[in-house]
Amino acid sequence: MKTWKFGNDVNTDLITPGRYTITTDKTKLGKIAFIEYRPEFSKEVKSGDIIVAGTNFGCGSSREHAPVAIKAAGVSAVLAKSFARIFFRNAINIGLPLFVCEEIDRIDDGDLIEIDFETGRIYDKTKDLILRAKPLPKFIQKIVEKGGLVNFLRSESYV
Amino acid sequence: MGLTITERILANASHKSEVTSGDVVIADVDIVMAHDSTAPLAIEGLYRIGKKVFDPKKIVIIFDHFFPPPSVNAARLHQKVRNFVTEQKISNFLTNGVCHQILVEEFVSPGNVVVGADSHTCTEGAVGAFSTGLGSTDIAGAMATGKCWFKIPDSLRFNLSGLPGKGVYAKDVILNIVGDVGADGALYKAVEFTGDYVENTSVSSRLTLCNMAVEMGAKNGVIEADEKTRKFLGREGKIFKSDKDAVYEDEYEIEVGRIEPQVACPPTVDNVKPVTSVEGKKVDQAYIGTCTNGRLEDIEIAAKILKGKRIASNVRLLVIPASTKIYFDAFNKGYLQETIKSGGIICNPGCGPCVGRHEGVLAEGETCISTQNRNFSGRMGHPKAEIYLASSATVAASALAGEIVDPRGYI
Repeated sequence: MKTWKFGNDVNTDLITPGRYTITTDKTKLGKIAFIEYRPEFSKEVKSGDIIVAGTNFGCGSSREHAPVAIKAAGVSAVLAKSFARIFFRNAINIGLPLFVCEEIDRIDDGDLIEIDFETGRIYDKTKDLILRAKPLPKFIQKIVEKGGLVNFLRSESYV
Repeated sequence: MGLTITERILANASHKSEVTSGDVVIADVDIVMAHDSTAPLAIEGLYRIGKKVFDPKKIVIIFDHFFPPPSVNAARLHQKVRNFVTEQKISNFLTNGVCHQILVEEFVSPGNVVVGADSHTCTEGAVGAFSTGLGSTDIAGAMATGKCWFKIPDSLRFNLSGLPGKGVYAKDVILNIVGDVGADGALYKAVEFTGDYVENTSVSSRLTLCNMAVEMGAKNGVIEADEKTRKFLGREGKIFKSDKDAVYEDEYEIEVGRIEPQVACPPTVDNVKPVTSVEGKKVDQAYIGTCTNGRLEDIEIAAKILKGKRIASNVRLLVIPASTKIYFDAFNKGYLQETIKSGGIICNPGCGPCVGRHEGVLAEGETCISTQNRNFSGRMGHPKAEIYLASSATVAASALAGEIVDPRGYI
């Protein structure tokens, strides 16, 4: 899948500016991801594409509209050196797969990559390169396996 | 091995005698907050979980991000939240100011675990609570269960000592720290402020310090409660303190007397410089308010600078008290009148233009100097508008000058 490469500290105002998030409509949100920061993204993103970013991706506001917009735009996973903590929780909660990988500098914008969601093995087809994502903590893995927090809480209690 | 205040509060809330950083705990929450911008998605999440709120008295819903509604869509979202509040019998539904200010004025006690669907929920840690921001689905989970999972964070300690110089306030201190540590310098960590500067400063200034913990990536900001806290809150709560042998991942010693008035330059909060290095930058809007600096002391500092003077003709000055209580206090002391006489505009308590939705949105090429906590591109309007962050003194002085100035010449 095609990658969209971003730098460090990409904040939620760049992902989904506050002026566009007075809605909970996921289709509308899908069209506004990076609307001002990278306008070509919303026009050209294809279902299954992957975002690759540097450190602290999703910093700033707690607005869940940011991962919702990214997921609704068709993005299948976000790969970053690190994530801001609220964005991380939000993405896990809504079932947007995240992968932490410190070697993403080796991937370039537009590279075609494949991620094995089970093992965290990342294959850059363009460069014939294999990278590995860090495994998620066990407790978080349980939420991921259920497809998000809503399903997790529907199927089991916290205790 | 000793525990930090954050570890103590989370251990207590998860019914454990000890916790270690990295542990995942399920903690009972005392307050679950959402505002008009984040409640709609939380409500949808709660409906999908299929439960009612666990305890209507522990849920607080506040309209502050776009109240009164500036558009039909905003009014529709308010309608949806109002219906939910009625249906779930939530009595703590308020429209009297910025959520974090209202939580400390009316709800939070020391030792509480507070979760809010707003990143600046780290503010409330300034009164000795564990308080953190979450997204809407996590808030839906907390509304449904009264619980939330947390990974016990490592703690960073910032020991602040000495007296600030003329024209230097808590905002300058925290901007200086964010500039040094960086936007992800405290990622996932608890940030604890200690030292004689913190002890001697007001609770309002402590709230300013904790408010910006998230701007360095922190999970929570926290300050131990003391007699000042008790007086400010009018509530006792349960006092937790860090053990003398508590373990910190890192400790910073900061002499506040060495800090000059600071500004965070666009487009990131950690792009911090002394105000003297950006003097002369023309401003179109000056904004004093928000959960960072919309308290009485901030409005007082500004009013004293503005008193008997007139703001520059190229500037619109907005002053927005963070709560109705502050609004009344500032009015009774004459601060709002002085502000209005100088050419300023007073808006209803709330977030104002901080999120770029109403009450002072910026055009392309405009520059705003603001007491808020974020200066990201596009935050207050057009992505090609610029936002500088500073203390209320720097903002008020800059409004008079029509350009960014060092406030020390105006005090």
